[in-house]
Amino acid sequence: MNPFEYAQPDTEQAALELLAEPGKSTAVLAGGTDLIPLMKRGVVSPDRVVNIREIDALKAIETDDRGNVWVGAAVSLAQFANDSGTDLLPAANQVIHNLGSIQVQAQTTVVGELLHRPRCWYFRRGHGLLADQGRKVIEGDSRYHAILGNRGPAKFVSASRLAPSLIAMGARLRVLGPRREDECWIELAQLYRTPGADDDLEITLRPGQWVTHLVIPPVGECLTAAYEVRHGEGPDPPLAAAAVSLRLERGLVRDAQIILGQVAPRPWSATRAAEALCGQPLNEHTVAVAGSEAVAGAVPLPDNKYKIQLASVAVRRALLIAAGRETGGLDGPMIRPADDPPPQLKLA
Amino acid sequence: MADTQYRWPENHQARLIGKRTDRLDGLVKSNGTAKYTYDVNLPQQLIVRAVDCPHAHCNVVSIDVSAAERIPGVVLVHLLNAPAAGDEPVEIRAAGTLIAAVAAETEAAAAAGAAAVQVEYELLTPFVADDDLAAAEQAGLTKRAGGGIELDEALGEPGDEDDEEEWEEQTIQSLFEQSKYVVQGKYGIDAITHCCLEPHGTTLYWDGSRLKAYLSTQNVSQTDDGFAGALGVTADDVDVTCEYIGGGFGSKFQPNYWGIAAAEISRQTGRPVKFMLTREQELKVGGNRPSAFLEVKLGADENGVVQVWDSHHWGTSGFNGSTVSVSTVPYVFRPQNWRRKATGIVTNNEPSVAWRAPNHPQACAITQTAYDDLAAAMQADSFDIFLRNLAHIDDPEKAPVYAAQLRLAADSIDWRQHWHPHGQGEKRGSVVEGLGLAIHKWAGTANSSNCLLKIHPDGGVESYCGTQDLGTGTRTVCGLVLAETFGLPIDAVKVNIGSSTYPFSGASGGSTTVGAVSESHRRAAQDALAQILELVANKLNVTADQLEVSGGRISVAGYSDQSMSWKEACSLIGVQPLEVTSSYRRGTQSPLSSANVAGCQMAHVAVDTDTGVVKIKKMVAVQDVGLIMNRKTAESQVYGAMIMSIAAALFEQRINDPASGDFVNANLADYKLPRLGDIGELVVHFYEPESERSRGVIGLGEPPVISGCAAISNAVCNALGVRVPTLPMTPQRVLDALANAKG
Repeated sequence: MNPFEYAQPDTEQAALELLAEPGKSTAVLAGGTDLIPLMKRGVVSPDRVVNIREIDALKAIETDDRGNVWVGAAVSLAQFANDSGTDLLPAANQVIHNLGSIQVQAQTTVVGELLHRPRCWYFRRGHGLLADQGRKVIEGDSRYHAILGNRGPAKFVSASRLAPSLIAMGARLRVLGPRREDECWIELAQLYRTPGADDDLEITLRPGQWVTHLVIPPVGECLTAAYEVRHGEGPDPPLAAAAVSLRLERGLVRDAQIILGQVAPRPWSATRAAEALCGQPLNEHTVAVAGSEAVAGAVPLPDNKYKIQLASVAVRRALLIAAGRETGGLDGPMIRPADDPPPQLKLA
Repeated sequence: MADTQYRWPENHQARLIGKRTDRLDGLVKSNGTAKYTYDVNLPQQLIVRAVDCPHAHCNVVSIDVSAAERIPGVVLVHLLNAPAAGDEPVEIRAAGTLIAAVAAETEAAAAAGAAAVQVEYELLTPFVADDDLAAAEQAGLTKRAGGGIELDEALGEPGDEDDEEEWEEQTIQSLFEQSKYVVQGKYGIDAITHCCLEPHGTTLYWDGSRLKAYLSTQNVSQTDDGFAGALGVTADDVDVTCEYIGGGFGSKFQPNYWGIAAAEISRQTGRPVKFMLTREQELKVGGNRPSAFLEVKLGADENGVVQVWDSHHWGTSGFNGSTVSVSTVPYVFRPQNWRRKATGIVTNNEPSVAWRAPNHPQACAITQTAYDDLAAAMQADSFDIFLRNLAHIDDPEKAPVYAAQLRLAADSIDWRQHWHPHGQGEKRGSVVEGLGLAIHKWAGTANSSNCLLKIHPDGGVESYCGTQDLGTGTRTVCGLVLAETFGLPIDAVKVNIGSSTYPFSGASGGSTTVGAVSESHRRAAQDALAQILELVANKLNVTADQLEVSGGRISVAGYSDQSMSWKEACSLIGVQPLEVTSSYRRGTQSPLSSANVAGCQMAHVAVDTDTGVVKIKKMVAVQDVGLIMNRKTAESQVYGAMIMSIAAALFEQRINDPASGDFVNANLADYKLPRLGDIGELVVHFYEPESERSRGVIGLGEPPVISGCAAISNAVCNALGVRVPTLPMTPQRVLDALANAKG
């Protein structure tokens, strides 16, 4: 780890100035569960690290009068899962529950989780996000890499586990910087992109820009659910994941969002699968068709053909859970809208 | 005074032996006061960070340390596997090999220094495909690793005119022709690493010409030799201390080259030195277990009793190119006719070291799966097939023990209720369940051990023994043996272990420690007690054999009013403490310890056929272990072993990048291990009729870690009706196996 400056501002304005100083590479520190390991390995080496966790304005979860849930950038996963304002967000809570590790839940922030860097072992070993224009992956071990959106040089998969469900719900981000007057809103879906050149990042934020809040619109009548195919319990990345948000009218799907995770360099919107569902009732057949459609364009790398089936199963099961049905699989307890968060998430 | 007859108390007399005793060091370990090697920091110490090689196969052509030496805080750069200026290149044959060690005032400076070392590498072609025998042969990277043949005498011998090998081949083929069932299969298990939570390393300093080393080691009494030999001093100049260790599993018997380097850096700088491996280095060079892959054809009679076994197995132990011992194939079972061959593969990985029960878990996983496939082919109950094949095992006397253990395990896991023919279970949604079993063996002979015991005139008891507690409860066993013997509570004795200045005790490897310390501590305690009883007998005007010891008192049997407290008894010793030294030598016949255990494990799994995810519902271990000393830690030992089996069966593998050879998952984020929710219900039964108990103490470290993998593999096969040939059975491999079966 290289020497770096450390700053701990207590206002947004102070953080803004610290993060946007020209000529300095800066990094936001919130939970540090991803940044610190990356710095220790030398994958990133910012000149200045700005800890935003002590900014009071970022510590709360609040619901505004339109029913939007505002989640500050200092809010931890555990705080989110325990907050009554998020009870109606079963998909996101399911993912936090799946993470299992109490330490990770307590330390990682919700916004930070959305910004976790890819777990690709070539990236983490210093070969760059594109890993020699994808060659390291193709010639190497690609078992955990992309099956969709992988025709360019980027072969990694987007790391965030919360992003698919929050995108499906239409979440947005409040973004500050580099200058005060640059404050803007971006759709969470637009945070992510597939890099094409060596200097590109997997997110669209520019230097000096940082996220202060995640804002989740009211779920309303929508049915939401997430399903992660996990090798084992705990914080390891799922092998494939899907989140859905559905609006039904008279038993038929009126509107559907289906977002895949862990299968592409960015959270992957399965639009054909969503279209196939529209106008249909939810039953074994229609969810199976949606599952197949979701991976219709998938092209496996040498070692990851199995992920196509897993992604398809994830879509099918997320839809079944949203519909209140059993998945038929080997699943732990599923979280549905309920008054009580799962007991293991209750922190003293 | 007659010679003491060493023996254990009868079952009904034992107060502590066989009961549940909390660990003596449980509290200090839980609250963090216990100092592990990694916790030891000495005044003025330098911290070392090693530069490790990012390439699996290369030459280190040159190394430039000048930039590192200029980093503020860097004190010394010490070359490990790098040429001095002008020397020939040094070939590196495994990723992670330590190239140079940077000693600095702070951890940050050491890390910055390591990053600034400039190494010129010349890349060479790596080979890491340890499962691919043909590729290894083509690359010229195979080594014959033994083999042999044994045929029933009734089959005759080759005639004078016969070519011996041809005759053997014909005989084997005719045995297959006579077999009612013939099964062919391929099985494998990947290399895994020891993954010690506390990485290898040491903190040490020179006190004049004496080296004082805090070393994370399983071998307190003998690593001084390792240091001494390499440093040009004698073992009496080296003191090794290890009070607590964060995992060894067979990988921490030596100071290792980094430990020697720490001593050299300390000698050169005159400062204490702390040199611990990083997490990635720990996984890459701290220790690994060889892979094993096997092709077999077996033939069985109408009852499913194997008549002929014909196998070839291979695998890698790293760049020294060995594989699992051919003598362990097939495992436990020994058909009357067998031919076996083994080939080692040279790969660009660090050479393997002992891993809990060396050879046995892999041998079990690649051979008892074939026995289960025989049951599958017959659509017979695996339980029956294993039971019938006990007719031909390598230690026939153990057959009744295995049979009894299998029945006990079957009852515990409800075998009869849950079993179904392979692949014929009820499917609920996409989930099928299955049962599997496997059996194992181990020696567990007591190691050599000496103990110095002091009884003070005020009643204080302290012992000294150069053994070590791997976390298994050795310290507690020492204490309970003394306390049992003297009729005292366990907290009335002070146990001192973990220093090479104490009397010699053997390394903790091969399940040898509990026997070793039980021997030495019981012998010392009985000898000391005999002397004290003589003094008490004189005082009470009785003979020593009339006395009994319990509840902190020594009394005349049948006359409880004629007694004295332990403290009063000890006051008879005089003004100097009574000192007794005991010595037990490995291999000495003794009523206190013996060897050779059997054991079996059964697994009940559920498999999601849509995702390939396997979940353990329940595992049962049945184990004989002679006389159990501390039931609580004995159970813990088995629980831990079962969890390690689940890890290797479903999660753990070293993943080598096929192009660069690098070990790409060498960190705990990518190296998969089971979590609490992955281990299901674990049940431990000790098989302990008096016939076992009377055999004395036998080691328990290795046996319970052997047959779990095969049992889980067999359970998955029972669920799916399809063998997932190679462990770990990841979702990918399960789905591949299902797809291959569909064709």
